[in-house]
Amino acid sequence: MAIRIALIGTGAVGRGILEAMTRKDLGIVLTGVADSRSGMIHPDGISSSDLLTRKRETGLCGDVSITADDVVRTAPYDVLVEVSPTDAATGEPATSYIRTALSRGCHVVTSNKGPVALHYHELKQEADKAGVSFRFEATVAGAIPILHTLLESLGGNEVQALYGVLNGTCNYILTRMAEEGLSYKQALDEARALGYAEADPTYDVKGIDAAIKLVIFANTVLNQRITLEDIDITGIDLLTEEAIRLAEEQDATIRLIGEIIPGKNLYRLSPRIIPRHHPLVVHGSLNAIILRTDLAGDLVFSGKGAGSLETASAVLGDILSIRDRYAGGN
Amino acid sequence: MQVSMKLEIRDTPGQLVAALMPISDAGGNIKTVIHEHDFSSDKGSLGVEVVIEIPQERLDALLKLFQERGITVIRFGEERMHYQQSVILIGHLIHTNLGDTVDRIDSTGFAEVTRMSLAMPAIHERSSAKCTIKALSREHMDQAIEILRDVSKQKDILMIEPLEF
Repeated sequence: MAIRIALIGTGAVGRGILEAMTRKDLGIVLTGVADSRSGMIHPDGISSSDLLTRKRETGLCGDVSITADDVVRTAPYDVLVEVSPTDAATGEPATSYIRTALSRGCHVVTSNKGPVALHYHELKQEADKAGVSFRFEATVAGAIPILHTLLESLGGNEVQALYGVLNGTCNYILTRMAEEGLSYKQALDEARALGYAEADPTYDVKGIDAAIKLVIFANTVLNQRITLEDIDITGIDLLTEEAIRLAEEQDATIRLIGEIIPGKNLYRLSPRIIPRHHPLVVHGSLNAIILRTDLAGDLVFSGKGAGSLETASAVLGDILSIRDRYAGGN
Repeated sequence: MQVSMKLEIRDTPGQLVAALMPISDAGGNIKTVIHEHDFSSDKGSLGVEVVIEIPQERLDALLKLFQERGITVIRFGEERMHYQQSVILIGHLIHTNLGDTVDRIDSTGFAEVTRMSLAMPAIHERSSAKCTIKALSREHMDQAIEILRDVSKQKDILMIEPLEF
């Protein structure tokens, strides 16, 4: 049985979802779509390949008289797929879209960190009340299915510690500084040229993006109630190439590591000296996570933390597991 | 001079104080005392590690006092800092008084900076230093790192700590 989705956002993640739907039959029907300037609603389904072509040629996904809000309120869908850009300060307009969908009794899948980091507990409560799912695997560590693993597969475990390389841009810069002897500025310029870093890289290099992911981990799978202010954040923007050379003298390097130790109420993101062959020392824009649990022991995950198809993979996993769980849809 | 020694005392009330008394009697200054609860001995005794500051000429008098009062000195002046960690400091290290930064650790008596590599790329630019710290125990190392964290905050130094996992 097909599941109907409405897609809000046609940036990198949205395009990845449409591309995957074009490549193969996933049993997903797209009944609504919107970007920041246009929208489209079609109960019988919208062709993902036509949509990709239209977006590429005109810059719009639909009709300028139809807004994202119209799609969220009126399109006939089972799952709202909210993949618009993150506003870390307000979580809007995504949070409002998610609330509207939940109040309509629809499931929600999002890759948007804002609503999850800021309003997880309220949104989860609204979803529970409506008897629907609210899922957000793509908000942390891109393609790595870490939230699902923690919530489902490791359900009986107590997480004693979590360490993670959670920002690909920072990891790329640190890798290049270590391997090519580049200065921080040279590595950052290179990351920008290759599209790994934004024109304004503040959000990444000062550690905000990775810290938001720690908030999401803490609040969703570790059942805490923390905000960004509770995290001790140090970015990589003040690192020197000499510091990396000094670390290398002891066969170590420097990586930006997120750390959560629930028992000590410790939430920290900071550059750390780490042995060069440590499992968290991944290269380029990869992400990595280590969990210490009481039953399963230590577990290591690594993979692509960003990218169009990689993030879409996490979103699609959420959509399809909702379909399987609620076979038949709404 | 600074001396460390391990004493064996009977596991009965008042014995710790009795063991420490000779130190001040001999004109020494106690810097730190570590009670070793897991010290095993069938004689019902406890191990205590002390670090003291004492003029060299009074050391013999102190050892004699211990002997007179039945306190056994198990180890004396050996390498006592078993825990080692390195941190990297980045900032205007010289101009924020590197000597003072090191002193804050050394003056604790339970930890000291034993090695430092310094890289200063150019005048007015921030320098980077790797400091190796040794401490008596894991807890003392944590305390030393905490002190260095505070100093770094005060002096606007970026401190990079090792990941212990």
